[in-house]
Amino acid sequence: MTAETKNTIAQLDAEQISFKSVSLWHTTWRRLFRRRSALVGLWMIVILVLIAILAPWIAPYDPLQQLVGLEPIKSREAPCIHLLGCPADKPQHLMGIDANFRDQFSRVLYGTRLSLSIGFSTVVFAIIIGTVLGALSGYFGGWLDMSIMRLMDVLLAFPSLLLAIAIVTVLGPGLVNALLAIGIVSIPAYARVVRASVLSVREMDFVSATRALGASTTRILFGRILPNALTPLIVQGTLGIATAILDAAALSFLGLGAQPPTPEWGAMLGSERNQVFTAPHLVFYPGLAIMLTVLAFNLIGDGLRDALDPRLVNKV
Amino acid sequence: MTTYILRRILSSLPVLVGILFATFALGRLIPGDPCRAILGEKATDAVCDEFIARHGLNEPIPTQFVIYVNEILRGDFGVSFRFGKPVTDLLIERLPTTLELSLAALLVSVVIGIPLGVLSAVKHNSWIDVVTMIWANIGVSMPVFWLGLMLAYVFSLTLRDTFLWLPPSGRLTSGVISTSFADVWGLELTKGTFTWTLVNFLSRLNILNAILSRNPELFVDAIRHLILPAFALGTIPMALIARMTRSSMLDVLGQDYIRTARAKGLRHNVVIFKHAFRNALLPLITVIGLQLGTLLGGAVLTETIFGLSGVGRILYDAITARDYSIVQAFTVVIAIFFVFLNLLVDISYAYVDPRIRLD
Repeated sequence: MTAETKNTIAQLDAEQISFKSVSLWHTTWRRLFRRRSALVGLWMIVILVLIAILAPWIAPYDPLQQLVGLEPIKSREAPCIHLLGCPADKPQHLMGIDANFRDQFSRVLYGTRLSLSIGFSTVVFAIIIGTVLGALSGYFGGWLDMSIMRLMDVLLAFPSLLLAIAIVTVLGPGLVNALLAIGIVSIPAYARVVRASVLSVREMDFVSATRALGASTTRILFGRILPNALTPLIVQGTLGIATAILDAAALSFLGLGAQPPTPEWGAMLGSERNQVFTAPHLVFYPGLAIMLTVLAFNLIGDGLRDALDPRLVNKV
Repeated sequence: MTTYILRRILSSLPVLVGILFATFALGRLIPGDPCRAILGEKATDAVCDEFIARHGLNEPIPTQFVIYVNEILRGDFGVSFRFGKPVTDLLIERLPTTLELSLAALLVSVVIGIPLGVLSAVKHNSWIDVVTMIWANIGVSMPVFWLGLMLAYVFSLTLRDTFLWLPPSGRLTSGVISTSFADVWGLELTKGTFTWTLVNFLSRLNILNAILSRNPELFVDAIRHLILPAFALGTIPMALIARMTRSSMLDVLGQDYIRTARAKGLRHNVVIFKHAFRNALLPLITVIGLQLGTLLGGAVLTETIFGLSGVGRILYDAITARDYSIVQAFTVVIAIFFVFLNLLVDISYAYVDPRIRLD
């Protein structure tokens, strides 16, 4: 072999290496960034996460502190009846004062922490249980598959909010029970996604090869099969966070979720809902916060679905 | 087709049994004394003993389940301690309001959602498309209860002196009396019969009753009270339907036969409505059918906000009073309704698309 050929081979290798680096995730990111709506969603999430982390430093007041006696203020004070509450007249309380003399702006900021953690924790809970159920069901099939999927069908037969309400009514109101209820209600979606992925690759050659090499069932399932379910799970999970935040807010609004004085957006809205004609700003801001957060996850979820869709590979 | 329908009905039976079992289990998971949880703290020992014997609460669990299923099949959902009435009576009394609200919301979402979706697909990438999709994204992200309160604020307070003013709560203005169409027609019915129950149920559907009894004042008032709740409840499905219509239309518009239709020299509108829209409608049936079930769930929030005394409102009151019989009954009824809706959707799907029957 001449030195020249060696050089060419080295060059080819280098080219191959640079070609290899364009992984699925790389392309996904690139495609995601080309979609303006997904980009907007991504930025919104970055800002929300920053607000959640930095809440103690940004919030001008303690969200639970009652300011009565500390400042000359009245409950539900806003200089005029307006959706935005005319912040110019009282710049230190951007979103006004709630019924318990607390600074609404600080409460809305702290609410971000709670809502994001609610979204992530319920989805993680549902994904873990859903993945195990879906994997068992798809891999082993037979009566196990049959019974797990019928159970999922039953869960899907209830409108999700209604089932969550029924579960919390029985378990008793409270944030943890509400999260548990929302988590349980969203399990079927993940179980189905995982089961479908497992079924589609179970009989493929690379799985048979791994089995022939003597790998254990756990290894085949977690090392070879489940990574294929990752893409649809990520999409479903992102959209699931949006639904979880919305449902948790609804439960708290009905008094079944977070209990006062927790600064939870749904609960804040629920406690002030009768004041919508006299202090609309107290209702407007928490709702706007819920909407923007849910919107951010929906946008990024839709963007991810399109970016990860193999049918769209050549279209972008 | 008959085989398909039979097979489909059979396959939903296990789900129905599962639903009954799930609600049964929920009822048994209530912490503490089941008698006092259901009849209220003030129930005496004698009342409780009678209650336990009647519902077989000291029998083994399988027997209890059989008793429970029997009760539901007979339409007996127990007695609500809060209202002091059988739950079945409450459901018949309040269901019409919820049904009216859900149907109105569905109407709003279909009538606005589908044209928006078609328009946005036909004018793909134009400003109409962009605005519709931004609106649809915001629509699916909005909490129903917040939208309801905001609509009430805008239409009942901000626009109070204009012709756009709409009432913020209640089903009818006080003073407007809804006389049952049976009385207007002079029907003589015996109380307790099936016809009586049916007529009673239908006459509580205010808009239908207004038409049947030819009462224009009632008709207008009933509709005005329904507009805000229907829009609040219908916005999320509207956004979903618009998105679904758009993507389904875009899919169809890219097909070869559409190009052929255009190449034949057919008019634009004929291609859009006769060739594209009819085929794009298929996946929409599923979405629209399933939305009705979700709407019934969302009615809890909407009725609470707009002070409508439907089943959702009772459910809310029942939750705060921990009146389990109502929560349990409502959950069973809605879930069974949901299963039937799914069945209908599948059957209509098979009817429209013959390929499905052969699967």
